[in-house]
Amino acid sequence: MKVIKIDKKEWAKGLERLSKTYQLFGPAKHEAFFVFKALEDGELPDLDVQNTRLSPRSVIYPQSEKMFEYTLDEDQEDHHILKEIDKEYSSRAIIGIRPCDAKAFLLVKRNFDAPEYKDPYWIKSYEATTLVGHGCNAPCSCCFCTTAGCGPFHEEGLDILLVDVDDTYLAKIITEKGDRLLAAAGWDTKTDTATNDPIENMKEAAEAKITSMVSTDQLKDKSTTDLFEASFWEDVSFACINCGTCTYVCPTCWCFDIQDETHGLSGIRMRNWDSCMYPLFTFHGSGHNPRDTKTQRVRQRFMHKLKYYVDKYDNGIQCVGCGRCVRFCPVNIDIRRVCDLMNSFEL
Amino acid sequence: MQNPYLPYPVRIEEIITETEDKNLKTFKLVFLNPDDENKFNYNAGQFAELSIAGKGEIPIGIASSPTEKGFLMFTVNKVGLVTSHLHNMKPGDIMGVRGPLGNWYPWDIMEGKNVIIIGGGFAFTTLRSSIIYMLDPANRPKYKDIHVIYGARTPGMLLYRDELSEWEKRDDIHMHITVDATDDPNWKYNVGFVPTITDQKAPSGNTDTYAIVCGPPIMIKFTQPVLDKLDYAHDHIIMSLEMRMKCGIGICGRCNIGKEFVCKDGPVFTLDQLNSMPKEY
Ligand SMILES: Cc1cc2nc3c(=O)[nH]c(=O)nc-3n(C[C@H](O)[C@H](O)[C@H](O)COP(=O)(O)OP(=O)(O)OC[C@H]3O[C@@H](n4cnc5c(N)ncnc54)[C@H](O)[C@@H]3O)c2cc1C
Ligand code: SF4
Ligand code: SF4
Ligand code: FES
Repeated sequence: MKVIKIDKKEWAKGLERLSKTYQLFGPAKHEAFFVFKALEDGELPDLDVQNTRLSPRSVIYPQSEKMFEYTLDEDQEDHHILKEIDKEYSSRAIIGIRPCDAKAFLLVKRNFDAPEYKDPYWIKSYEATTLVGHGCNAPCSCCFCTTAGCGPFHEEGLDILLVDVDDTYLAKIITEKGDRLLAAAGWDTKTDTATNDPIENMKEAAEAKITSMVSTDQLKDKSTTDLFEASFWEDVSFACINCGTCTYVCPTCWCFDIQDETHGLSGIRMRNWDSCMYPLFTFHGSGHNPRDTKTQRVRQRFMHKLKYYVDKYDNGIQCVGCGRCVRFCPVNIDIRRVCDLMNSFEL
Repeated sequence: MQNPYLPYPVRIEEIITETEDKNLKTFKLVFLNPDDENKFNYNAGQFAELSIAGKGEIPIGIASSPTEKGFLMFTVNKVGLVTSHLHNMKPGDIMGVRGPLGNWYPWDIMEGKNVIIIGGGFAFTTLRSSIIYMLDPANRPKYKDIHVIYGARTPGMLLYRDELSEWEKRDDIHMHITVDATDDPNWKYNVGFVPTITDQKAPSGNTDTYAIVCGPPIMIKFTQPVLDKLDYAHDHIIMSLEMRMKCGIGICGRCNIGKEFVCKDGPVFTLDQLNSMPKEY
């Protein structure tokens, strides 16, 4: 794996060249908070931001996305027939994505890119995107990535890993996509004498700073129905106000709703992020609702992430330990605690 | 890449009001592009998303049988936004169908076996599909005895009444039609709830007999003890579930029971499978 050195003085120029062929996204201030947004001409991603409030999931999977269009005008030949919309999937890159957020896309890919059905919107968008990660030298206090199958310098899901060393970025090229991006940026790569060593050392140092942990080793062997019937759900969910924040900020949540929106005689079918924390999510037309109470909904969120997903894909939990839901839950419901309750549950 | 969210355009060919309360209508749909009909290759027990531009989509069991060619049939109860709009549509109107979706009754496993169909209310739709499928001359020899126990509140609430009386006349299918109550002096069939009639009419369970049970939760709740009493093994009791759905293909995350998605891994499950899943439906 090749590692090159980018002089920070050359950084902006390379991004400018890159922006000729890639649409660039990165962490930047939007109103009061940092988000992943499309960068304007000359705007640089702010690589000092630790974890943005919202994950970058919207870059690949927008909060609202058009699926089809239609006309209700009966004078038109194709009235009431849904038609695909021409969508643009030209190259784009997220510069400065954190390793946990990049790995999250791989977790979500198992859902959108399944053997039986393929979600064309998500897949095309994911394939068009190059992920340039930024190692976390100073992880936040509620990150628990190292025990959630990820880590501050984790490379899975990234095309390039950038490591901040004084006045340079070391760039580790992980995939061909990453190689292509570097070529387009045209940074002076003659100085590729840098080695992997400093990265390894910094990685160890960063990992050592993460003290928050979860245990997940027993989850797979627990009985689903026993965990489902466990007595702790009432207590876990007691303070929840079903605001949906936890699912909204999470990089590994993927649920959506489909709605038609008509203006005059023309309209679109679109999909919007949805959340299992809302009662309408499972509300039948008949009035019956299998997840009528918040305890059932909170249980669904944790059971999905920490048991159903684990059983279904046999590839770890549906969480990368980014800590967002822990930080932003208004009533301090903490997935780390719930995970440990589940992992250590005995009848 | 094929877009699994894109419905096939269809035209409403015929609308039949099924029940005396006019709340159930059957829609016969014809594909606008004949090629699409070949792509829509389904089995009895599957469902489809009916799509109405500007209103949305609803999952509805396919009431026609794969042995009936040239059209699809759905019977829809009027409950909310999309179903009400559908009830106001006219023959000739254009809409969409997306599917076929979900799994189906295990026709291969049931070959050479007796099949008992137990249905209540408007959940009879995919059961009609199943009966027509089994009675097809090419398929009938594949199954041994066929019993059908079907109940509705009143005679006027039974679906597919003409077909029911046709089947009554045949000797290769045992019909046990029932109503909760009736003051019709000419009613010549059973009176009583489905679980009671099951108790009286259903053959006992054995390895060669499968029961397909489809109906409102209350009917299922009281039918199960009867089947237990009749010695039906739980892996010989087959049920079809309903959940609120959107994508219908296991992606939108809405319709799970445990790790199974009712839209993709179901809607058909054996009672044995359901026993090991969370009771959340
Ligand atoms: C596998 C399956 C087969 C079904 N077969 C039939 C059938 O043959 N005949 C029939 O009349 N009904 C059937 N239903 C129920 C039918 O889907 C709902 O009654 C219908 O979706 C209500 O839509 P609405 O827009 O009128 O109601 P609203 O309450 O306005 O619902 C809004 C939206 O919520 C969703 N929704 C609401 N209730 C349900 C529900 N019970 N199941 C799934 N999605 C729901 C739909 O996307 C709907 O468009 C079936 C459901 C499933 C899951
Ligand atoms: S569940 Fe919480 S900690 Fe885990 S990935 Fe989602 S937001 Fe981050
Ligand atoms: S953020 Fe906290 S309060 Fe809000 S829905 Fe999630 S668990 Fe409940
Ligand atoms: S309806 Fe979307 S997952 Fe089942």
